[in-house]
Amino acid sequence: MLAYLVAVWLLLAGLYGVITSRHLVHLVLCLGVMQASTYVLLLAIGWRDGGAAPIYADIPPNTPVVDPVVQALTLTDVVVEATVVAVLLALTVQAHKRFGTSDPDALGALRG
Amino acid sequence: MSVAPLAVLVPVLAATLLAATSPFVARRRLAGVVAVLAALASAVLCAAALAEAHGDTLVVWFGGWEPRAGVAVGIDFAVDPIGAAMALFVAVLGVAALVMCIEVIQVEDNLFDAIALVFIAAMVGYCLTGDLFNLFVFFELMSVCAYVLVGYEIRKRAPLEGSLTFAITNSIGSILLLCGIALLYGRTGALNLAQMGRALAEGPADGLVVVSYALVAGGLLVKAAAVPFHFWTADAYAVAPTPVGLLLGGAFSELGLFGLARVQWTVFHDVLAPHEAELRAILVGLGVLTAIVGAVMCAAQHHLKRMLAFATISHVGLFLVGIGLLDAAGLAGAAIWIVGDGLVKAALFASVGLLNDRFATVEEAELHGRGREIGGIGVLFCAGALAVASLPPFGPFLGKTLVEDAALTAGYAWVPAVMVVVSALTGGALLRVGVRVFLGRGVPAPEDPHSARAEGDRGGAGEREDEASLATVPALLWGPAVALMAAALAWGLVPGVVAAAGRAAERFVDVHSYAGLVLDGRPLPAVSSTLHGPGLTGWLYAAASVAGAVVVALAALAGVRDRAPRAGLRALETLRGLHSGRPGDYAAFTAAGVAVLGGLVALAVG
Amino acid sequence: MSRRTRLVLGLGSLAGLGALLVWAVGGLPAFGHPRGPYADLAPRIMLDERHVANAVTGITFDLRGFDTLGEELILFVAALGAAVLLRALRTEGTIKAAAAYEERRGPGTADALRALGAVLVGPTLLLGIYVVVHGALTPGGGFQGGVLLAGALLLVYAAGQVAAVERVRPVSLVEVADALGAAAYTLVALAGLVFGVAVMDNVLPYGTTGSLLSGGTVPVLSVAVGVEVTAGVTLILSEFVDQMLLRSRRED
Repeated sequence: MLAYLVAVWLLLAGLYGVITSRHLVHLVLCLGVMQASTYVLLLAIGWRDGGAAPIYADIPPNTPVVDPVVQALTLTDVVVEATVVAVLLALTVQAHKRFGTSDPDALGALRG
Repeated sequence: MSVAPLAVLVPVLAATLLAATSPFVARRRLAGVVAVLAALASAVLCAAALAEAHGDTLVVWFGGWEPRAGVAVGIDFAVDPIGAAMALFVAVLGVAALVMCIEVIQVEDNLFDAIALVFIAAMVGYCLTGDLFNLFVFFELMSVCAYVLVGYEIRKRAPLEGSLTFAITNSIGSILLLCGIALLYGRTGALNLAQMGRALAEGPADGLVVVSYALVAGGLLVKAAAVPFHFWTADAYAVAPTPVGLLLGGAFSELGLFGLARVQWTVFHDVLAPHEAELRAILVGLGVLTAIVGAVMCAAQHHLKRMLAFATISHVGLFLVGIGLLDAAGLAGAAIWIVGDGLVKAALFASVGLLNDRFATVEEAELHGRGREIGGIGVLFCAGALAVASLPPFGPFLGKTLVEDAALTAGYAWVPAVMVVVSALTGGALLRVGVRVFLGRGVPAPEDPHSARAEGDRGGAGEREDEASLATVPALLWGPAVALMAAALAWGLVPGVVAAAGRAAERFVDVHSYAGLVLDGRPLPAVSSTLHGPGLTGWLYAAASVAGAVVVALAALAGVRDRAPRAGLRALETLRGLHSGRPGDYAAFTAAGVAVLGGLVALAVG
Repeated sequence: MSRRTRLVLGLGSLAGLGALLVWAVGGLPAFGHPRGPYADLAPRIMLDERHVANAVTGITFDLRGFDTLGEELILFVAALGAAVLLRALRTEGTIKAAAAYEERRGPGTADALRALGAVLVGPTLLLGIYVVVHGALTPGGGFQGGVLLAGALLLVYAAGQVAAVERVRPVSLVEVADALGAAAYTLVALAGLVFGVAVMDNVLPYGTTGSLLSGGTVPVLSVAVGVEVTAGVTLILSEFVDQMLLRSRRED
């Protein structure tokens, strides 16, 4: 249960960071924190008490293992979301170059 | 062996080959033609999949991983008629967009076409899949392609901002969606839609079900641009290059709704069945709110692309009403309407792109009267505006009447009236623009202090800026516009489309047979539908909205804004002020929206 | 909206969202007791039928291989996208000039750091290749190994060898490798259709568990993904390094 609550906390903290951020890099990293919360949630769901790692190299085939499906989902997600963060950071770099500021509240040309 | 997976793999392969050759052979026209051919191939394959399905659902298991004792172990494509039709629709829009790209996008590499092809492939895969995590993967892929395509020509200010807020808001949506999926996996131990539905139905509709519904629906509604998740839409659609805007306005948001319908029916239908009436009220209410906010904001715009973006939002609200009625009739109507409206919207985006290409601006005030030289496009534009207001016999008319009938049957008698008002407002706003730009009549539009303009940001990105006006409008631009409009007309005239849509919708909502087919291999029973075409009430409502649109346009042209009550204008300014362009605000609204949605569903179920 | 209003709205929503989420996770199965049957079936299927010792890699590249294709494409598009977005405001000439300037200026880092960086590059590359190739046997696979390999490039930069970074990555090669990795995955998926039963079918011989060539197409796909991830992350890293170069030149 604690593991699940950790995931919930991370999600809320990250979302708070995004809402109140004053710097675009900080905002993007808060999105990263939110992503991390989903990984924690997925992996916590997959944990099995007394389960071994799902590598059958040196354990008998019948040992209970932790859920490998969520691990597969998480590991591809981690690498992929990192590159999405890269896209966001690229936009941030360009924003800093163009506007001279990294304050998300300075984005206001598109009002209305 | 089904061809459905090829509809995704062929454009992907073409995209990777285009990207691989980009540093060596970057010939714009050649790349563009290859891209068009790949998209065309995908469209043909989607049509083949639709034909192969014969009105039934076709299941393809990747890797040959058939289910074991009713447990799905692999990923499947469950190609049902509505999914295949949506995929075909997306592919057709993709072909039109890529044709326009050849003319409009001026870049030196093949990468734009490659990414656009992956975008189209992702949307096709999204429509066809039967696995929730696979849906999420295609959802993410669609989103990332869109972030990059919107911000592609990043030299200007507005595309940069639009792309940033788009990316931030949609990323939040994706994360919430993934949380919902994780919760559902925890409860059901499955990722396959059919299996999840079965497993979920064995348990109670408790907190986990309610919250996962809110998270999944919230994530999908961010993409669908329902209020209050819609703030990013106008910012992104307005600054995207025209062909990208065409795909975004015509397909991207509508696919968010399609995803909602798919998940709602296959996963949540059984477990939430006892509370269907309350759920219906929530979804219809959300749809009506979206429709009204979108329509009001649309009428207040003077930047053509933003206007089209808000018209899209408004109509997404109307589609949500159709889907939210939670029955086959509403679904069939929404499906027909989505395709018809998408084609019209795409044609309108293409026309606006033409204007931008020729005059280097999309501001209503600056374009006043200049469209007279290309009067043919004016006819197209005004026809499109009226089609948006559901002028018969265009496609939207058909869809609207079906949704109205479904609403009346479900006891929501006030909904058709709202629909008339909303269609009149959006159609009227577009008609007013058409008259101002192409006829030069009426009070000129005011200079808009809110407009998205800064340092040479003219209308769009990556588009030609040479001021020399062209003797003729390039065929690669007006060709797709005319073709899309003709398709919208044809869509409303095809015989038997209503009956086919009715049967397809019955198929879509018959989730027990769906699960039986996917998991146990049981063949589907026959379906029949009693859906019929527009009756007298349908024609009357359509007449009302078209007349309303004309009235709205005339009132605007006569300068009604100057005589509007002060309080109304102040309220409008507050509403416009909420659309601040700041990601922090949008994130706050998204969080609030999901929390409220969760609270409402909890009340409905508890 | 003023910041104050936004804060109030935000905090209120987060409180509501928090309450909902805590309510939701209360309904999850008890921690440590995941609900089957997928979780129980999947690793056994991978071991018995495909002879893959590492169930996670097997699931990634075989059972749910189609998902991985989608994820890989996200990486492909994001890498190209980040590169395009960063290239928008500079030309090749300025980068070369900035790199030459950096080289003339001399290293700004300590000798020990540079030596350590140089020494570690080789082992990192080797480790990366090992992780990619042994994906089916030990924890690892294309994604993890690809990131390790790209990390080797970052080591080179951290060791102060900026010019070496420029020489090491002719951009076109990296872009081509990225695209070819993705194309290779798609082709293997299609090969499943041509030679087997369905798209993504595992059509190569399964071998014996524990040997390098077990699992059929799993190691092949792992290598394809490894190439693609390396190229993609390298592309992103080098574009950001270029931005650093430009900035440091401007600041001096």
